Amino acid sequence: MISAHLAYAYPEVILAVGALALLVVGAFLPKQTSLVGGASVLVLLAAAVASATQPFGEAFSGGLISDATATFAKVAIYVASAVAIPLGQQWFARRGVKNFEYPVLILLAALGMGMMASSGDLISLYVGIELHSLALYVLAAMHRDNAKASEAGLKYFVLGALSSGLLLYGASLIYGFAGSTLFSQIAVAAGSQANTGLLFGLVFLICGLAFKVSAAPFHMWTPDVYEGAPTPVVAFFAAAPKLAAMVLFARVLADGFAGAAGQWQQVLVAIALISVAVGAFAGLVQKNLKRLWAYSSIANIGYALLGLSSGTSEGVQAMLVFMVLYMIDVTGFFACLTALSRQGRAMETIDDMAGLIKERPGIALAMTAFSLSALGLPPFSGFFAKIFVFKAALDAGLWGPAVIGLLGSVVAAFYYLRLIKVMWFDGSVGATDKPPVEANAIAIASALFAFPVVIVALSWLNPLAERAAHALGLA
Amino acid sequence: MPLLSLITYAPLVGVLGILALRMGGKDDAKSAETARWIALVTTLATFALSIVLVAQFNPNDAGFQFVEEAPWFMGLSYRMGVDGISVLFVLLTAFLMPICIAASWKSIDKRVHEYLIAFLLLETLVVGVFCALDIVLFYVFFEFGLVPMFLIIGIWGGARRVYAAFKFFLYTLLGSILMLAAILWMIGTSGTSSIPELMTYHFTPQAQIWLWLAFFASFAVKMPMWPVHTWLPDAHVEAPTAGSVILAGILLKMGGYGFLRFSLPMFPNASDYFTPLVFALSVIAVIYTSLVAFRQTDVKKLIAYSSVAHMGLVTMGIFSGNAEGEQGAIYQMLSHGVISGALFLCVGVIYDRMHTREIKFYGGLVTRMPVYAAVFMLFTMGNVGLPGTSGFVGEILSMTGAYQASTWTAILAATGVILSAVYMLTLYRAVVFGPMTNPKLEGITDLDWREVAIFAPLIISTLYMGIQPNSVFNLTQTSVDQLVRVYQAAIGG
Repeated sequence: MISAHLAYAYPEVILAVGALALLVVGAFLPKQTSLVGGASVLVLLAAAVASATQPFGEAFSGGLISDATATFAKVAIYVASAVAIPLGQQWFARRGVKNFEYPVLILLAALGMGMMASSGDLISLYVGIELHSLALYVLAAMHRDNAKASEAGLKYFVLGALSSGLLLYGASLIYGFAGSTLFSQIAVAAGSQANTGLLFGLVFLICGLAFKVSAAPFHMWTPDVYEGAPTPVVAFFAAAPKLAAMVLFARVLADGFAGAAGQWQQVLVAIALISVAVGAFAGLVQKNLKRLWAYSSIANIGYALLGLSSGTSEGVQAMLVFMVLYMIDVTGFFACLTALSRQGRAMETIDDMAGLIKERPGIALAMTAFSLSALGLPPFSGFFAKIFVFKAALDAGLWGPAVIGLLGSVVAAFYYLRLIKVMWFDGSVGATDKPPVEANAIAIASALFAFPVVIVALSWLNPLAERAAHALGLA
Repeated sequence: MPLLSLITYAPLVGVLGILALRMGGKDDAKSAETARWIALVTTLATFALSIVLVAQFNPNDAGFQFVEEAPWFMGLSYRMGVDGISVLFVLLTAFLMPICIAASWKSIDKRVHEYLIAFLLLETLVVGVFCALDIVLFYVFFEFGLVPMFLIIGIWGGARRVYAAFKFFLYTLLGSILMLAAILWMIGTSGTSSIPELMTYHFTPQAQIWLWLAFFASFAVKMPMWPVHTWLPDAHVEAPTAGSVILAGILLKMGGYGFLRFSLPMFPNASDYFTPLVFALSVIAVIYTSLVAFRQTDVKKLIAYSSVAHMGLVTMGIFSGNAEGEQGAIYQMLSHGVISGALFLCVGVIYDRMHTREIKFYGGLVTRMPVYAAVFMLFTMGNVGLPGTSGFVGEILSMTGAYQASTWTAILAATGVILSAVYMLTLYRAVVFGPMTNPKLEGITDLDWREVAIFAPLIISTLYMGIQPNSVFNLTQTSVDQLVRVYQAAIGG
């Protein structure tokens, strides 16, 4: 009987078996880091293929759901994780940290994220979140000789544990009032008007998830962790985990509380607008690019939440498209930062980028593309991402929040433009080192996706996101 | 043959060529010279294609011609087409671009490749704006145009270039972001993003008011109308000469084109409702900015303010809602594109030699530069609106149109003609006539053959459009009549 269930869980099985097997390989052959790394990439790609081809259905009494939403999210998550492995492993290798744990931890994080994307009840939700969070805490502190990285890891862990506490508290309330941990049963209990107890639990759950996606006012950890953690690790956890948490967000709200959309909509709108405002205004004073991009990501998560808050299938679809396009942008941006150094010292402040267009035209062009994309300027991917979200919000009648959100992007435009100004207008401040091949390649490939590939890619990405959104319980 | 796409993307061929040149070779003078030739040939080829477009254009068809269509995503589509209103703007853009490349042949000597790429990219985007028939596609072209212009001002501009570039970008972005919200709302409500279909869709009068305001926020900044014109003098003064030519000659026309393409046909009731507001702002623009222009000490700033005043006449003509007004506005935009471009080039000529734009620095140039004095005189007269130049036709028609809609507006705006004579002739006298008191000017040289070659097409078109306005009206007539007929029917006039 168990095998019938496993048919819906092949990606998870592949990842779990792969991770544990590679852990054993690593333990006996600690020198073979590139073997473990290469094998991990293959495992992730195999999991992506498995999730793309697996049948739809429910396993383990509804705890694990395999549907179009899960497939959409998992393929994106696994591919993004696979990209992170060469990026990070080379970076650590250059700093004398030769460890096979890095790819294994990415595999475990990917396993957790996949579970988040296909969780059908509160238990698997929590297991997925914790599995991926624990892996991320370790990854953040992986560069353990570096005080800042250790600090980032600790900070991430303490605040992450706090958010898990909130989340669990909310989950226990929901369980108490609904009498079940299954989203489908919660939806029955909630009906079209959730009672106060359920709503109370839901708000705690939303707070916990807002922590994970780093939406304001639960964003405090983000700038510190982004700044302290190794840059390629940031490239990883600024991308895939955000998508996983957003999909989980959508699943909880759409599968568990679809009828009560009017009740959670206002909470989400508030979080979204605060995030946009915090991201736009706090970003203005940042000098460190990693911190700056942390605020940029807070604002962008605000836009994604705005799409979700429309409470329609169109909104979920917009959010999914937005997150995938955003993921590629943010991975590319941090790959640029990974690629840049001057006499061995990482270039992380805005002033370091002076005159980059002369030094490294390829990377400077890529960073310009990512900045303009984050600004939401056509024809870059960020523009299309934003019009999806804003159209969904406007169609749902949220024209006030949509206009405020758009105005927020004008404020944020200032800091993106400042980065472009420094790179293009200012004089160079010294030669940069030759960029490592893999970071360079990932940066350029992501930039080419941001424009012009996105123009073509949307034609197939959008229908996939539409199918994924329809699999959830919103109208 | 997709002629419009060909015209739109032809400059990108030049971009790729120059990019390959830059990536493959050294960044030296020889490579820069090759890049200049690539850019010039590309823009000339684009111009030739746009002449083919105008020649094949059927002036008796009021609808869109040369339509291309391909589905995109989310119900959007790649849709291009031109009608009598837009076809000449395509020609104007393609006409001015080779002139800009030629005008910066000597004056731009650092980062030449990037400069030329920015200009060629800009040409693609501006032509795209005038050809796009899908509202989101229009927005893509419209908004992306900010980036090359931001770089042109910021990299090759004057002393306060960074300030000017940021002001230009943020000002226009703020305006157009509201338009984006309106566009998305319109698509959601009407279920289509096709501009021809939106032109026949009837939005409720209440919705029209909000939509009109959102579009107005964008186009008024772009135009620019008083009181949101303050970015323009800064941008003009700091931009390199060719940048100013493009800014005044083409980019400002995108605002007027937007009013004609969106505001009037899609929101006729709101346009009618807000006409007094537009008239008031136009009159203020004409009188106030003319007075401001008179007090300028910087030649470029003076011409920049004169642009704002002339654009006031354009908005007045557009919102008069009758055929004379629309024709006059279109004519005025085309004529201003040529004349203001030429005036900025005139400033560029003396700036390249003396590296200052202070009016006080100059005087008595006629003794050393007789050819230049004659050229400058012609365009000064054109800007004043002397009969026989293209400036006259546009001014008289837009004022005739406005006279029918609101007598007082036309009368007040007519003072602008006098005021433009006041500041332009004062400028001309101070720079060209009088005794040559500044010893630094002794060695100044007259126009060389390259500069004469640049001015020649501008002189010809100014005079030709002044004597033969019908050649333009024949092309625009049918589309303008249709626009006015639909507009008048919608407002019940």
